Amino acid sequence: MRPTIDVENLNVSYYGKKVIKNVNFSLETGKLIGILGPNGAGKSTLMKAVLDLIPRDSGKMTFESQPLDAVRKRIAYVPQRSNIDWNFPIIVKDTVLLGTYPKLGLLRRPKEEDREWAMTCLAKVGMEKFAHHQIGELSGGQQQRVFLARALAQKATYFFLDEPFVGIDVSSEKVIINILRSLRNEGKTVFVVHHDLMKVENYFEELILINKELIGVGPVNQIFQPEIMQRAFQTPFLMTENFGGQV
Amino acid sequence: MAFLQDIFVYEFLQKALITSVMVGIICGVIGSFIILRGMALMGDAISHAVLPGVAISYMLGINYFYGAVVTGVLTAVGIGFINQHSRIKSDASIGIMFSAAFALGIILITMARSATDLTQILFGNVLSVRTSDMWLTIIVGCIVIVVVVLFFKELLVSSFDETMAAVYGLKTRFIHYGIMVLLTLVTVASLQTVGVILVVSLLVTPASTAYLLTNRLSMMVVLSSFFGALSAVIGLYFSFIYNLPSGPVIALVATVLFILAFAFSPKQGVFWRMLKNNKRRTT
Repeated sequence: MRPTIDVENLNVSYYGKKVIKNVNFSLETGKLIGILGPNGAGKSTLMKAVLDLIPRDSGKMTFESQPLDAVRKRIAYVPQRSNIDWNFPIIVKDTVLLGTYPKLGLLRRPKEEDREWAMTCLAKVGMEKFAHHQIGELSGGQQQRVFLARALAQKATYFFLDEPFVGIDVSSEKVIINILRSLRNEGKTVFVVHHDLMKVENYFEELILINKELIGVGPVNQIFQPEIMQRAFQTPFLMTENFGGQV
Repeated sequence: MAFLQDIFVYEFLQKALITSVMVGIICGVIGSFIILRGMALMGDAISHAVLPGVAISYMLGINYFYGAVVTGVLTAVGIGFINQHSRIKSDASIGIMFSAAFALGIILITMARSATDLTQILFGNVLSVRTSDMWLTIIVGCIVIVVVVLFFKELLVSSFDETMAAVYGLKTRFIHYGIMVLLTLVTVASLQTVGVILVVSLLVTPASTAYLLTNRLSMMVVLSSFFGALSAVIGLYFSFIYNLPSGPVIALVATVLFILAFAFSPKQGVFWRMLKNNKRRTT
């Protein structure tokens, strides 16, 4: 059995209201893991709580038996597109270069080899032609690819992506899922907050299904079942409509 | 030019020039981060909040610098505290704290009966800069520039994508308060030149001008400090020649530079855009 990522007894509240209730799971590394649930189920909140980005009432996270602080620099995070100021004065290649910062630490500056590595990562997502564009000049899919390139530049072990497929074009979606798959093949663990039920079976191997509390966790073929999904989404209509959808 | 000759002749003018250039530079540097982090109102708040500190220092007979830094930082912490412990939005908590601090400052200064000083503190009088004030500004300037150069990488990533910075272990709250402290230092150093009320002009306007002209943060910081220094020098000139308070003149010069960039910036200039639209309409 592979080493695992474990979350124990995670509780988060927001102004006295519980938004994440007693979530526990233990998932093997080297998997593509989807975090699924209806709107407002706390998918992004769960991801943020696991990464210690928001205060939690209780909860312990371990990455292959190590505490979060020991692995922080090896965690790449791709935020929701709506959380980024796209007018920020930064060009594409410098955005990717940010991925080299964790390894550099304080005071050291990126060197020529870091810049070359950033360009290599940019090429992997097919965006090298846009290296000198300001990030706001790109389409949604291109922006998402640039942020994935930044995550690649970080040479991380764990990848956390918050809604990477929202509002992007089909070709960008293909580029992104292919890269996520190849990361998985290299033994990396990839968490993706996702809400489009269509491609769930095609994209992920493991699912975390939540609606404030954990509804189910495990392999896709066990969790992506009408009766379990219905407990999270509470709308049977949605289910029959989208079940078994393929890319 | 008579002004240039006067600079060589009068020592007070030399001090004023050095101080205002330094103030222009550091306001430009910190201002860049302030506007990108959406903290323009915070800049305004801190500058008003130093007033009670200045008054208390005056009463105690110590350098106004110490009191000003203390009340400035206290206000920043107070705003942060209200934000984190209530549902009040940040612009409202800024409004609460800075109007209270400013009101307290005015009352304290009135009690200390230094009405002439009040005008100077509010509107600046760069021509009365003392040698000690000049050195204070130079020292603060060096601190600000060294910190920003050393930690530019961290300032960049935390201003652009605070979440990523926090994930990989940067202490983003520490950075936030660090910027507040630098902002307070810059404000205090600017008191003599532009005054409490108009510090925000030098913080926000040159940085905004630079923002319209470049797509790189490093370039923005350099341009911003250039525009800040330029505004300060031109402002000093008019202030000296026409015997006007330096703060308002400097603020207006900075605004003129902004309007020029707003209209004629190569990429984003309103003027070019209108020209393009006209062409499109005629063809």
